[in-house]
Amino acid sequence: MDLRYTAEQTAYKERVRSFLEEHWAPVEDKRDLSAVARLRKLATEEGFLYRGVPRRYGGSEQAPDVIRAQIIREEFAAARAPMEVFGNGVALVVPTLIEWGTDEQKNLFIEKTLRGEYRWAQGYSEPGSGSDLASLSARAELDGDEWVINGHKIWTTLAQYATHMFALVRTEPDAPKHKGISYILLDMKSPGVTVRPIKQINGDTEFCEVFLDDVRTPASMLVGPRGEGWNVSRSTLKHERNHIGSSTRTMPMFRSLVKLAQRRQVNGSPAIEDPRIRSALVQIEGYLQSQLWAGYYQQTLAANNESPGVLGLVNKLTTTNFFHRVAQLSHEIIGDDTLRAPKQGRDRGGDERWVNQMLGSLGQAISGGTSNIQRNIIAERGLGLPRSGSEN
Amino acid sequence: MRFDLTDEQKALREMLTDFLRDRFGGAQGVEATAHSELDAELWSDVTELGLAGAMVPEDAGGLGLDLLTAAVIAEVVGHYAVPAPVIPSILAAWLIATAGSEEQKGKWLPKLLGEGALASFALADEGGWRPADWTLDGEAPAGVKRNVERADGADLFIVGGRGGTLSLVEAASVVSTPIDSLDRSRPLFDVTFDGSAADVLSRDLVLAERLFDALCVCIAADALGAASAIQARAIDYAKERKQYGQLIGAFQALKHQLADMSVELEPARPLVWYAAHAWDMGQDDAPRMAALAKAHLTDIAVVVARGAIEAHGGIGYTWEHPAHLFLKRAMADRSLLGGVNEHRERAAALAGW
Repeated sequence: MDLRYTAEQTAYKERVRSFLEEHWAPVEDKRDLSAVARLRKLATEEGFLYRGVPRRYGGSEQAPDVIRAQIIREEFAAARAPMEVFGNGVALVVPTLIEWGTDEQKNLFIEKTLRGEYRWAQGYSEPGSGSDLASLSARAELDGDEWVINGHKIWTTLAQYATHMFALVRTEPDAPKHKGISYILLDMKSPGVTVRPIKQINGDTEFCEVFLDDVRTPASMLVGPRGEGWNVSRSTLKHERNHIGSSTRTMPMFRSLVKLAQRRQVNGSPAIEDPRIRSALVQIEGYLQSQLWAGYYQQTLAANNESPGVLGLVNKLTTTNFFHRVAQLSHEIIGDDTLRAPKQGRDRGGDERWVNQMLGSLGQAISGGTSNIQRNIIAERGLGLPRSGSEN
Repeated sequence: MRFDLTDEQKALREMLTDFLRDRFGGAQGVEATAHSELDAELWSDVTELGLAGAMVPEDAGGLGLDLLTAAVIAEVVGHYAVPAPVIPSILAAWLIATAGSEEQKGKWLPKLLGEGALASFALADEGGWRPADWTLDGEAPAGVKRNVERADGADLFIVGGRGGTLSLVEAASVVSTPIDSLDRSRPLFDVTFDGSAADVLSRDLVLAERLFDALCVCIAADALGAASAIQARAIDYAKERKQYGQLIGAFQALKHQLADMSVELEPARPLVWYAAHAWDMGQDDAPRMAALAKAHLTDIAVVVARGAIEAHGGIGYTWEHPAHLFLKRAMADRSLLGGVNEHRERAAALAGW
């Protein structure tokens, strides 16, 4: 156990910090899009961003180094500086293209995705295929040098703002279900694409239904071999496995909760002086500190190419449970403000914004594999219990 | 930046696991706790391993290791619900090596490290568990100390007194009354001190707090070990028990219950390690982390242990099956050194909330 940085790592930390002092501190406005783009460009040249992406596609092509990645994250967070472009494109499409894409696909898409010019919708789930994704029925048929796609996708995050879609579609209807799927790219402006935003329980519209009616995309837009889409879609950023067990979202949320408890009154005195609320806060912090140190542990294991075992499978539920606990306690603290609907958009409103936490924590439980699916994964892959269901 | 055990710590964990698995890996635990007296053969073997000297400096005959290593040992000891006071021995020897005079060290360290002498902590009294709450007079303790582990076999008591005084009292001058203890792997006693002059080890409240925090971290690790052991048994059972023509482990209800135990336990181990490391480094957050870890680990351990007994069905509710040993061990860990809310309040106060 040694939580200090080596001299080399300390020097690197200094390098990141002074870079940010020079290039970000004078601006420090995430709404200034040209300033953000300028910082990303410089930071990529320095090797701080897009570290797993080759230089010829706009990345910085750095040797994997989990500790450096962590230093960068910490320093950017401390300076409130923007990191890589957020979203499915950078997180999912770019790594997939690096592993499976043709030169044409890489040249066409990677750099523009890194710059945020191309924004990607994930066409995976369908009304009849949620947790059992491989049962999907959207299909693509080859017609000359084009694929013709028909299907109905749903829960497609931010599809209303997307320029492109990466989708799983059935190209081999006679093959077993996992074997008949291909990974395909299409332009959201193509004729036949209809996007219908879905209003969520918190009033936001973060995801959509997407109808694909005879949508055409060039034959060259299939990623990886035909029928191998299931495997292709499993590509994740193996480079530095960023954000393993990360507490970057939970830590600031906990700090806000403590401030809320210090500010709000319960029975005429600050909520934080109420023994039940104090106790509940420390209980939540027990989970937070566990997540924090489990995160450092997993980073150390990753740096040494060691497997985290079962621990590596529980991270999503750790975050989900944390969000849920925060939601419950904030409900106690804000009292009657829970009766108000949270505000939308830029207007953050009053403390009823914590109602968003209560509702949003459910989104965390469902999106990206529901909690019950996560439990199946832990039980089957982690604990070695028998697989259930008729086919897998 | 390296958040992991050292190879030496991992090797020690392996060695101790092998040693204890042979003795307590099956149903032997129930048998081993049928009698409350310390198993002399087991204790002689433990003494031979040199564990008591784990945190004693090498030049004083110990292994020169840290609290993190002791916490690793504590987890393994909890995992097998070992009916022997391994952790009290480690911390008693550490305390005497740290605070003792040359005479005190010369008298007790060879006995504790080499001859299997037993030291018991006599801390809780009418005032409570925490050093600032101790009420007996440390110079000449008179009165009762509660819930003292294995007082019947103790050669030496380390007695907590007013203001955090820590004194050495030899067994001959005390009267130990057994308590019908829930956790049979750590029998407890009420110990009455007769008011004769004690051999004072330290009058430093800070040192007493530091001892208390070290005990808290080790109890947290013990609870983690007990809970992970009973979860592992429930998993094994789910892989062999059949109902409705299939292994019960194929049912999602049980899978989810067992998976949720992992969600509780897996991330909590690094918390114990960090609390121990913060103590080793003498960091300012060490007392708070000790309180947080004690509360968190013992709280989730009891929940996990209850669920694991339920997952066993009727067999888990029998005395013959070892499952109850771990539940009771976790329940005792939850109460020893003060309950969950008490430690959460301590952590809240230390945060300035």
